[in-house]
Amino acid sequence: MSYEIRLSGSGGQGLILAGIILARAAVIEKKRVTQTQSYGPESRGGYSRADVIISDTDIYFPEATNFNCLLALTQEACDKYLFDLRDSGILIIDTTFVKNLALAAENTYEASFTDIAQEKLGSPISTNIMSLAFLVKITGIVKEDSLKQAIAESVKPAFVDLNHKAMKIGFDLAKNYKK
Amino acid sequence: MQSKKTKTLEPQTETKLAELQQTRERRTVLMQGNEAVAYGALDAGVNFFAGYPITPSTEIAEILSVELPKRNGVFVQMEDEIASICAITGASLAGAKSLTATSGPGFSLMQEGIGYAKITETPCVVVNVQRMGPSTGMPTSPAQGDIMQSKWGSHGDSPAIVLYPDSVKESYELTIRAVNLSEKYRTCVILLLDEVLGHMREAVCLPDLANVRVISRIKPTVPPHWYKHYDENQKYLSPLASYGEGYRFHVTGLTHDSHGFPTNKSTEAFEMMERLRKKISYNIRDLVQIESHKMEDATIAIFAAGIVSRAAKAAIVMARAEGIKVGLLRPLTIWPFPDDAVRKMLRNVETVIVPELNQGQFIGEIQRLTKDKSESNVISLQRCDGTLFTPNDILRKIKEVS
Repeated sequence: MSYEIRLSGSGGQGLILAGIILARAAVIEKKRVTQTQSYGPESRGGYSRADVIISDTDIYFPEATNFNCLLALTQEACDKYLFDLRDSGILIIDTTFVKNLALAAENTYEASFTDIAQEKLGSPISTNIMSLAFLVKITGIVKEDSLKQAIAESVKPAFVDLNHKAMKIGFDLAKNYKK
Repeated sequence: MQSKKTKTLEPQTETKLAELQQTRERRTVLMQGNEAVAYGALDAGVNFFAGYPITPSTEIAEILSVELPKRNGVFVQMEDEIASICAITGASLAGAKSLTATSGPGFSLMQEGIGYAKITETPCVVVNVQRMGPSTGMPTSPAQGDIMQSKWGSHGDSPAIVLYPDSVKESYELTIRAVNLSEKYRTCVILLLDEVLGHMREAVCLPDLANVRVISRIKPTVPPHWYKHYDENQKYLSPLASYGEGYRFHVTGLTHDSHGFPTNKSTEAFEMMERLRKKISYNIRDLVQIESHKMEDATIAIFAAGIVSRAAKAAIVMARAEGIKVGLLRPLTIWPFPDDAVRKMLRNVETVIVPELNQGQFIGEIQRLTKDKSESNVISLQRCDGTLFTPNDILRKIKEVS
């Protein structure tokens, strides 16, 4: 079984780091994984996406083409990739920036991740980890503990606690999610 | 100063290797293509890097700037790529195993220096993580535009050895192979990567250092006054003395005799040019590496290198599910070109599809071998827009021709 995830938004939102953390969590669980990315030459702004493919067998093509799950943190990213989502695929959007949804998909999850991060952690900086944790809880693609460990291995020691806090908020949002 | 410099270029001792082995992670980790190149270089014994960081190869320089000093190696950030290639050539003549990493624009600048390393038969490795060109192009987008430049980029006839991996693990392995081949054949070996591969991460477990095959240059055994810097009697692979070891030799980019002194004699020029040619062409079996994937019963073959071959493999799975017999021939060494393997492929299949992320570079080589050999249909599939072929793009072509 192969599971394709695309994390999309704009440069500076930390999506590539989120992709690396998700891939690392899959490595912890001894799964095969590829993580690729595409971004513009700018370090902030512009488009940015990270693809993660998690599989039990060899992964040939390393980019996600027909996603099982799409996370969109901006309107532009949502519009650009929405129609490459599989029929039964899971769509997760950040309603802080995504206002129009051109597709009424059955598995759509909405939360204002950026606003929540600002409100609960005082800065939008951890939106990536919060929304990734939400995604992990909803899809169950890796275990919560693996994600926790992957975060600790991927961010600077000084920021581990902050990101673990953001992760917890993401998990709780998913646990209490009401359609 | 002189003695200090010599000291830093000492090869790693047994105890040092054991120490490094303990400090290096040997479990499965998430690793980037560029990271794998850097660790491959270290494991192959590279102890000198001079370069000018450029997207999408930057991580190679970044990692080596941290790791080399720890191992008594030297890292120099140069003023540009011309200086970089000259520095690694010079370091190699002083006994170092040297490497640089760049991308298209820097690779263009390095061409004269690459020719110099080849004519002076100095071992060194240039890693080119290809990006979309021409010129500055699209720094973060993939393209396979340097296939021909890696062979013909430098002026004059200078046979090339160019390797091309398709995964993170293979980037590690082929970096080691590139260093080994440069030492063995005394030439500048080029490693081509795709932008996507340089930046891609995969789960990788690196082998124990004890299981890594490392080749180092042959040292002269003759007394210093008998030493010839270019000794054609050694099956085209001549021993190499380093500066400071007591052997006298001259190094010049001019056509030279066996001691390295400039010559205008056609007999000596002929000898030198033949040696450069034969050391590659007479050892083609050692140099060429190919992967043959599901070719046994194939009626359609795909010829693709690097990241494109991964889309091809995915397309093959889909096509075979529909009963279409497709296989893949993938060169790990693109220069010298795997003529024999391609001829065999052309004899055995009806159609060959050649997908490449450029305006048609490999296709010319396939057509060169098609002329008299077979009636198989050769089809070019080109893309030059900074994105990859998807498996569906290739599947569509397979269905069109099946």
